[in-house]
Amino acid sequence: MQRIAGGPYAGGMLVIRADLVEEIVAHARRDHPDEACGVVAGPEGSDRPERFVPMLNAARSPTFYEFDSGDLLRLYREMDDRGEVPVVIYHSHTATEAFPSRTDIGLAQEPFAHYVLVSTRDPDSHEFRSFRIVDGVVTEEDVDVVESYMFAHTGADDVPDRA
Amino acid sequence: MATVSIPTILRTHTGGEKSVEAKGSTVAEVIDDLDSRHNGLRDRLVSNGSLHRFVNVYVDDEDVRFAGGLEAPVRESSTVTILPAVAGGKR
Repeated sequence: MQRIAGGPYAGGMLVIRADLVEEIVAHARRDHPDEACGVVAGPEGSDRPERFVPMLNAARSPTFYEFDSGDLLRLYREMDDRGEVPVVIYHSHTATEAFPSRTDIGLAQEPFAHYVLVSTRDPDSHEFRSFRIVDGVVTEEDVDVVESYMFAHTGADDVPDRA
Repeated sequence: MATVSIPTILRTHTGGEKSVEAKGSTVAEVIDDLDSRHNGLRDRLVSNGSLHRFVNVYVDDEDVRFAGGLEAPVRESSTVTILPAVAGGKR
């Protein structure tokens, strides 16, 4: 069986730079009370989120998000051209906890992405959590926020550094 | 033959191929042709005679939802791109 970095055997952890976490949370705050959404793209096979791409929520709704279909095509073309994949797909919940809803689970169609949820229901603090969603099964994973990927370890001795 | 771009989640049907060829003069015919060689693809794209709400199909950059749906024309030189919607919500 082929092992794919960022696939279901990657070890159940999202390693992400602190500045990207800040960008995601700032986007979620900015669009509150509507849900905010976007991706962090990274090199295919690296499982390393690098390029923050905030998207418009075409639904402009506090209870639903969807990328505009034209924006979606442009995003995937651009990622293809750059050899990238959506390492992180994020969205906010503005009145509930940062956990995938039944709709989120039913519509999740990127089996290798880290689905990040941010809750902005509390104006003074946020929740930032990450999940795998594969065939309707949700698995929460640890989030390791690092200053730089240069020195980031995955925490497991049998997995090489991601630098 | 048109070129069809296959998203990650459907590559289990194409032996991992990102891009395959298919013949047909409409989106429906292209999907039928794909399904004849990659069994099960049609059900991932179509139900009750129309495209799934949360699967986007583009012919040469145009979302077929605005171009005739399954009857949208496809040319020999066309690129058909299939992309799952990125969507969710608490409803």
